[in-house]
Amino acid sequence: MKLALGPILYYWDRDSMFKFYDEVAASSVDIVYVGETVCSRRYLLRFQDYLSVAEKLAEAGKEVVLSTQTLIESESDLKTLRRITGNEKFKVEANDMGAVRLVANKVPFVAGLTLNVYNPQTLDMLAGLGATRWVMPVEMSRETLATLLDNCQHKPETEVFAYGRLPLAFSARCFTARHHNLQKDDCQFKCLDYKDGLTLKTREGQPFLNLNGIQTQSALVYNLIGELDTLKSAGVDVVRVSPQGEHTIEILQLFRDCMEQRLSPAQALAQIEKLMPEASCNGYWHGKPGLDFIRSNPPAATASNPH
Amino acid sequence: MQPDTTKKMDLVCPAGSLPALKTAIDNGADCVYMGFRDDTNARNFAGLNFDLTNAREGVRYAHAKGKKVLLALNTFPQASGWQRWTKAIDNAADIGIDAVILADPGLMQYATKNHPNLRLHLSVQGSATNHEAINFYHEMFGIQRAVLPRVLALAQVEQLMTHTKVEIELFGFGGLCVMVEGRCSLSSYATGESPNTCGVCSPPKAVRWQQTAKGLESRLNGILIDRYGEDENAGYPTLCKGRFDVAGETYYAIEEPTSLNTLELLPELKRLGIAAIKIEGRQRSPAYVGQVTKVWREAIDSCNRNAQAYSVKPAWMADLGNISEGQQHTLGAYYRPWK
Repeated sequence: MKLALGPILYYWDRDSMFKFYDEVAASSVDIVYVGETVCSRRYLLRFQDYLSVAEKLAEAGKEVVLSTQTLIESESDLKTLRRITGNEKFKVEANDMGAVRLVANKVPFVAGLTLNVYNPQTLDMLAGLGATRWVMPVEMSRETLATLLDNCQHKPETEVFAYGRLPLAFSARCFTARHHNLQKDDCQFKCLDYKDGLTLKTREGQPFLNLNGIQTQSALVYNLIGELDTLKSAGVDVVRVSPQGEHTIEILQLFRDCMEQRLSPAQALAQIEKLMPEASCNGYWHGKPGLDFIRSNPPAATASNPH
Repeated sequence: MQPDTTKKMDLVCPAGSLPALKTAIDNGADCVYMGFRDDTNARNFAGLNFDLTNAREGVRYAHAKGKKVLLALNTFPQASGWQRWTKAIDNAADIGIDAVILADPGLMQYATKNHPNLRLHLSVQGSATNHEAINFYHEMFGIQRAVLPRVLALAQVEQLMTHTKVEIELFGFGGLCVMVEGRCSLSSYATGESPNTCGVCSPPKAVRWQQTAKGLESRLNGILIDRYGEDENAGYPTLCKGRFDVAGETYYAIEEPTSLNTLELLPELKRLGIAAIKIEGRQRSPAYVGQVTKVWREAIDSCNRNAQAYSVKPAWMADLGNISEGQQHTLGAYYRPWK
């Protein structure tokens, strides 16, 4: 299996972004997705900046993919989209059917996780248009994935969102601006204040969701580091880590160590939990509510230790 | 494309049952939309929807009065149940449904291949918010109408319409999804079931009500969605419409319990050349459907007769206000500051 780094879902300042990608270039990750996928108002890195980041990463030997914005509303969104899909060097991750239309039958592409591929017929259709890889919807279970892949005629590479706060929903409304009693058009770029988003808790204090501009994420961190074996046996080719405010490079290294069996799943889980902004969840992979956490690899020996 | 402003806007009304279908037709709906009694549609609730016999009778009733019936098959077929969805398409064609409302490309491909004369509408669950996406579905599968997600401002709708020949249907009234339809997994995150996979959001079987010392609590799979004071009306715990704590502040962090109502926009929608106005609410009672249909029929007729002289009658708003969720109305994203 290959290791991928997803696009940055948050809004960080320009220097932090460049510094982050310098570290990524030096890391052991195989594939890097770059681009603004959440909000068109996030302007600190423009298309040319992302291209220069992509060039640097490619020089460091990474496979680079340019990700498109998920919610395309305006003509200016479409203009940005066309610049990305028209780039002649890097592969594109299409996150909307509008993007698919622009790359279909022209260049190979990655079918993003918001394209809603739930069955082999849809996956075959996209593969026929040029998708060489697809990213599974976050709510899909291991069992459903295995059935889907068993019934596919084409077999593009399968990628799974395996670590990070889950991108669960998109809206026209900005919830971060709403929190500050601002309208989206005058949001004062409040997202810059929250490098990991803004946690929404129930009135009992249970961390439930995470506000990230127009995107709503899970508050818990989806974490399949303990599931690398079942990912592989289900037919997954690429596991994706989603960047977070701190420790992303260390998290990539833990995934790499676990993939190459330098760490057991239980060891990797114990170490990664110290680096997470919130507790783990993995229910979706087990066909349960997403916020559940099922510990498949309990720490060995403790139960039978007589002392 | 130039908008056809002489064209009359169709009124598309919800039918969760045969009595609701008949009431909608009798009160002036041009079209009704319904679903079969399973997870092939996004209102998969117990006691709701149509078996084949009722669906046949519904089509007969509507067609006898010169009205149309649309069938929502707008969930995403899961890999293990594909035949349930294709059978639904076959049945729709067989009983003379006027159009099927689809979200899944694989299913559109099946319909195109096997029932080339069946008219296809792109469901709001298809998340098409731009003309490139709509034209994709048109070129690939010949969809003739698209229902837009409730995310675009009117100026954006207008811009979109200049670049496509696909008819546009907009939501006019009813429950308001604050998220882009088809791109929301909040419900499965909390409960395991979502609109995309199971045709439900915040499913009733996950709901618990509990009277406590702090007030009446509504929970979804154990998660506290809201807590009501004695003077407050409790609402259904749709998870995006609860009160939560963000950075020490408790408020409706995502959306208030409110209904979409676009009566005041009708002349503008007509100027844009909108083909149809959709009323949400297949889960509602026949009485509700009848009342909403009646008001909207009057309003659309008034607007069709003379758009310049059109104004919203206070009696319409009063009638609709009495039956709306939370008794509050909003223009939603059509009005830019809502965002």
